[in-house]
Amino acid sequence: MSRRKDNYENSRWLKFKRWVDGEVDFLADGMETVKLPEPEGTAGTPEKMDGIPESGFDGEEKKILAGEETKGLLLYRKFYQVMSVLLCCSIIFVLLWTVAYLPEFGNAGNPDNNEVSARYIEQGLKETGAVNMVTGMILDYRAFDTFGESCVLFIASCCVMVLLKIDRNCQDDRTRKRLAEANDRLFEPKNDIILQKCACVLVPLILLFGVYIVLNGHLSPGGGFSGGAVIGSGMILYLNAFGFQKTERFFTEKTYRRITVSALTFYCLAKSYSFFTGANHLESGIPLGTPGAILSSGLILPLNICVGMVVACTMYAFYTLFRKGDL
Amino acid sequence: MKGFEIVLLICLIVCAVSVAFTKDLLTSIIIFMSYSLIMCVIWVLLQSPDLAITEAAVGAGVTSILFFVTLKKIKAIRKEDRDEQKEG
Repeated sequence: MSRRKDNYENSRWLKFKRWVDGEVDFLADGMETVKLPEPEGTAGTPEKMDGIPESGFDGEEKKILAGEETKGLLLYRKFYQVMSVLLCCSIIFVLLWTVAYLPEFGNAGNPDNNEVSARYIEQGLKETGAVNMVTGMILDYRAFDTFGESCVLFIASCCVMVLLKIDRNCQDDRTRKRLAEANDRLFEPKNDIILQKCACVLVPLILLFGVYIVLNGHLSPGGGFSGGAVIGSGMILYLNAFGFQKTERFFTEKTYRRITVSALTFYCLAKSYSFFTGANHLESGIPLGTPGAILSSGLILPLNICVGMVVACTMYAFYTLFRKGDL
Repeated sequence: MKGFEIVLLICLIVCAVSVAFTKDLLTSIIIFMSYSLIMCVIWVLLQSPDLAITEAAVGAGVTSILFFVTLKKIKAIRKEDRDEQKEG
């Protein structure tokens, strides 16, 4: 056992761990450090001050300021400005040039008017049962891609959580200070009467509109993402008007976790067979129903609801994490 | 309709340039919001209302709110508060 421990102390892993922790910088030995030109105000560094007597320091400094170094610095700055303008202009030029090569908007002979879109437009309603062709495409033909997109949202909110979440169980001073700083709502005017009256009228309408967009995703413009974003913004408005205490009654971290994970799991179970059968697979076995009815087009409606829930939770989680470092 | 589109596109360019040139961060966020709203109208004109809904909710709503919260966190809106207190 002891031998093992010896090995561990000399191992690369421990070195790596110490480097990650910031104890030692192994890379610094092999690196050549370049001294950056310092700004003019601090041209006389402490090292130089040691050697120069107090009386002669002013003259020395003036000489340094007027000397070759400063000229080089000024030249460098001019060069820097000119180069940055040139770089900006060249990027603008390249982008505009590329745009000029794009085919004309709405032209019938464009490369996007190929047999794929023609087939989707002709057969889409019959095969997916969705009146809204866009939803039929992104949640049936291309449902697997949409699964990746909703996972990206989930991962984004996880990243924000990693960056901004504050551990409430930790009791040291730094954490407490961060908590006090993060919970800045404490210092704000609470119960703003105008905001509350407006929210009373607006929030139910916004939430209803969002639910309508989600549920009618396969019939009218919209779908999971837009509806979820609308619901999320409605919840943010409610939170701003009435404070965290009211929203925490129905939405905590547990709710967030349950909703997002169950929605993503359902989506995954419903559509991950594409891993094995290929992306353009349609048969779900569910009857498509009459096009135009709300309960039609197979799996599209539940998938829309899943995406909507994930998006709404993500928007709300972003806001609360930015606001108080917790859900 | 063509003229309306041209006006909207010019407004879009003006907004985009003025976001970059505004000194005050709060003002530039509000101009960015209006950029999103103009973009939303353009999406409707390009016959994609679903994108217009998303743009209005995400671009003009959630993103701007997150920008505001960030400005508050880095204490960039403090100055305005103090000015208001002086006036009041």
